[in-house]
Amino acid sequence: MSSHAATGHIDHHHDHTTSTGIPNKKLLWWAFLASDCMFFGALISTHMVYRLNPPPGNAVPTQVFNIELTSFSTFILLMSSLLMALAVNAIQRGNVKSTRTMLLGTMFFGCIFLGGQVYEFEHFVHAKNMTLSNSIFGSTFYTLTGTHGTHVAIGVLLLGMMYVRTFKPANGGGLFMNFAHLLAICVTFGVAFIWFVPGLIEVIYGLPIGDLFKRAAIPLAVGAAGLVSLFWLGRSRGAVEFGEKNAIDVEAIGLYWHFVDIVWIIIFTAVYLLEYL
Amino acid sequence: MAEALAKNAYTGGAHAPAKKATFDLFARPTAKTGLVSWLTTVDHKKIGMLYGGFAIFFFLVGGLEALLIRTQLMVPNNRFISAQLYNELFTMHGTTMIFLAVMPLNAAFFNLLVPIQVGARDVAFPRLNAFSLWVWVVGAILLNVGWLSHVSDSLKGFGGAPDVGWFGYAPLTSKVFTPDLSTDLWVLGLQVLGLSSIVASLNFIVTIINMRAPGLTMMRLPVFTWMALVTSFLLVLALPAIAIALVEVMMDRNFGTSFFEVSGGGQPILWQHLFWVFGHPEVYILILPPMGYVSEILPTFARKPLFGYPIIVFSGVAIGFIGFGVWSHHMFTTGLGNVATAAFALATMAIAVPTGVKIFNWIGTLWGGQIMTRVPMMFALGFIWMFMLGGFSGIMHSAAPADAQQQDSYFVIAHFHYVLIGGATFALLAAIHFWFPKFFGRMVPEFWGKVSFWLIFVGFNCTFFPMHFLGLNGMPRRTWTYDSNMGWNEANLFATLGAYLLGIGIFTYFAVLVWSLFKGKVAGNDPWDARTLEWSIPSPPPEHNFAAIPTVHARDAWWYEKHHQEEIAKEKAEHIKAEESHGGIHMPDQSWYPFISAIGLMIGAYNFAQLHSPVVLFGNQVFASHLPLALTGGVIMVGALYLWALEGPGGYHIHIGPDGKVTESRGDHH
Repeated sequence: MSSHAATGHIDHHHDHTTSTGIPNKKLLWWAFLASDCMFFGALISTHMVYRLNPPPGNAVPTQVFNIELTSFSTFILLMSSLLMALAVNAIQRGNVKSTRTMLLGTMFFGCIFLGGQVYEFEHFVHAKNMTLSNSIFGSTFYTLTGTHGTHVAIGVLLLGMMYVRTFKPANGGGLFMNFAHLLAICVTFGVAFIWFVPGLIEVIYGLPIGDLFKRAAIPLAVGAAGLVSLFWLGRSRGAVEFGEKNAIDVEAIGLYWHFVDIVWIIIFTAVYLLEYL
Repeated sequence: MAEALAKNAYTGGAHAPAKKATFDLFARPTAKTGLVSWLTTVDHKKIGMLYGGFAIFFFLVGGLEALLIRTQLMVPNNRFISAQLYNELFTMHGTTMIFLAVMPLNAAFFNLLVPIQVGARDVAFPRLNAFSLWVWVVGAILLNVGWLSHVSDSLKGFGGAPDVGWFGYAPLTSKVFTPDLSTDLWVLGLQVLGLSSIVASLNFIVTIINMRAPGLTMMRLPVFTWMALVTSFLLVLALPAIAIALVEVMMDRNFGTSFFEVSGGGQPILWQHLFWVFGHPEVYILILPPMGYVSEILPTFARKPLFGYPIIVFSGVAIGFIGFGVWSHHMFTTGLGNVATAAFALATMAIAVPTGVKIFNWIGTLWGGQIMTRVPMMFALGFIWMFMLGGFSGIMHSAAPADAQQQDSYFVIAHFHYVLIGGATFALLAAIHFWFPKFFGRMVPEFWGKVSFWLIFVGFNCTFFPMHFLGLNGMPRRTWTYDSNMGWNEANLFATLGAYLLGIGIFTYFAVLVWSLFKGKVAGNDPWDARTLEWSIPSPPPEHNFAAIPTVHARDAWWYEKHHQEEIAKEKAEHIKAEESHGGIHMPDQSWYPFISAIGLMIGAYNFAQLHSPVVLFGNQVFASHLPLALTGGVIMVGALYLWALEGPGGYHIHIGPDGKVTESRGDHH
């Protein structure tokens, strides 16, 4: 921001151009998160209301859930918050390389979580026969956790955009490269959470690994190509127009990411753990 | 100062071509006039004008719908319009007046006034502000596109305009009862309008909290700006409830869930709760900004400072808080149980207290003042009186047993029209009249303004006062027609004639505004001798609002400036000099992307509403579903948002010469 150029020193906790000292972007995100609380509040309330008034023939949650798997993916999501915090810390120290690593790590952990959810949904529908329409529990469960999953996916996309942004050349141009890079990110991480991670979970549960490659040969090949191009595009390409001054942008996405994690803690408690009491 | 100008690298002369520091797909628009300037504008004043223009259009459309409704009810057993059309008219009258007239008119004033009243040059996120505007337009189109099915047989596919009532109670919105596309468009239209409001509110929250001029503490903010802040918080916290409720209806209609389907274990009452958790704060979203206008207008024309400023602000905030705890008073007859009913009845009585406090403070402002009955003052005084009448019938509703008699009767119609026309609309008409000279530079003639006021005032009371009696005599709302032996004939006839008079009044009001736009007497900077900062700058305000960012020394900032001219002039000269040494007045660049992303949203939402039906072009099926088109819209929107992020805020500088001449410069330093 222009305000920092004059002083040379960047204070990450105070912006002297605003009345409160809070940067505008940060305030906007905080206000948005307040709003998002109400979105999840309404969805969780809907779930709880119907939980207390189950119609005959409703799905029995404890027979559907795979609590070990969900506990594992919950743990992964919480650990992604640690990486997110490290990414913010890295950029506040002006360390672009470390920021990139931490962003990719956060995205990767986010994808493991999403992959767990893809597996879970597939498993619930096909093995446990619980769909959106055949029970009210299915309606509320898929809508609530699906909305949360969408939030995580948007978070991964935002982190990907930020990661790609760290490569913006200092001397202009690079728009095409930017698009190609973002496309590679979307392909790689998309394949990771839609096919690769759910497939690995099935392998853990006993699917022969050969079957995984047979079943999803094309997507996995595309994903591998995406991964290779990520390595190629991710090599250093001279000076970049990205650094300590962008810390507020990374921090803003971080706020969102941590928030989505906290919401998951509430959903995990209210939707999953509560059923085992 | 001249020295500073000469030394400054950013001013005057030819620039070295700016280094391409941003990711630009194509050149940013710079037009200051013409169509492109309006489509790409990020100027809060232009955005406010667009909001205002669209809102007044829809206000007139909603008024026309009301006149058709009143004509149908003029005499018993009338067959003027069909029952189906009547359903569409009352649904769209309510939806239009709330979401497409009063809310955007308030948004127009937020845009026009808030940045100036806080002493800023624009809102915190100018492009996001443009996005809110265009998204709002998309929502308005989605809600109204169904009317086309009355125009031509080839457009019958919409199934008419939405016809489920403005609060769309489940299970009426179920696919079983309303299989038409009209309900899907209603659901998505409201969803899109909600997105627009949330985004706009986030922007105003940041603007008001973070962009105040030096010296402008929170307790020096004009009351209108305070009310804009409270309203913005109400919007971001209340709209999610209806957004989720609408998502659930959409899932029920299109994806087979059973949130509100009794056969699948759903409970329609949940819709009522979610809707009113939004719907009641919405009432205060509509009325708090009008309370703000009146709090600005009364002291100006009573020639006194506002009486009890802190308590008026506190009452506004208290109304916002309590407003979240009274929603079930819309549902007393659903059988909530005694404890819940008693709790909501008490909370409803409690919310009357801060409202009453405000009214006493306004009366206190008038007390002992030198009252000038100019047109805005007439409307403001009309507001106090009429809003009080609506408030009194509101307190009657808080008594649950009495409410059980009044529920869904014309008594309720009378009540909320007294608060929404006598309250919100009167205040908005006052505000339009009051700030018209500021933003168009011309005065509205007093005589014709007063004629329109009296026509509106008399017409309004003739229309709605008889409805109290109609309701108590048992006339239900949303009834298409009635028998002649019910004892409702005279009152209905009287109300309809009153509605025509009201229509003539509203027509006069806006006709006079249009005349004044071209022929009105040219207004100075401060035609009312007013108190807030917007009156300190030229009419119409320049693009950059303030030549020098003001320092605020008192609650009535401009009044203080008028009485300390020497001190202020010195201060301003220093500010101009300081700013020029930092490169001049920084202004944000225009952008295409808010408009383009809104177009993407329109394509996406319109096709998503009819997802499962095949795409047919000239009798041939092109796609099996609307999914490809919906995705195309989504991709356009996300793509435009991404390019928007990449292009950055940009910006240029404005320099004000010693002779007051304004020049612009573009450089690579922002």
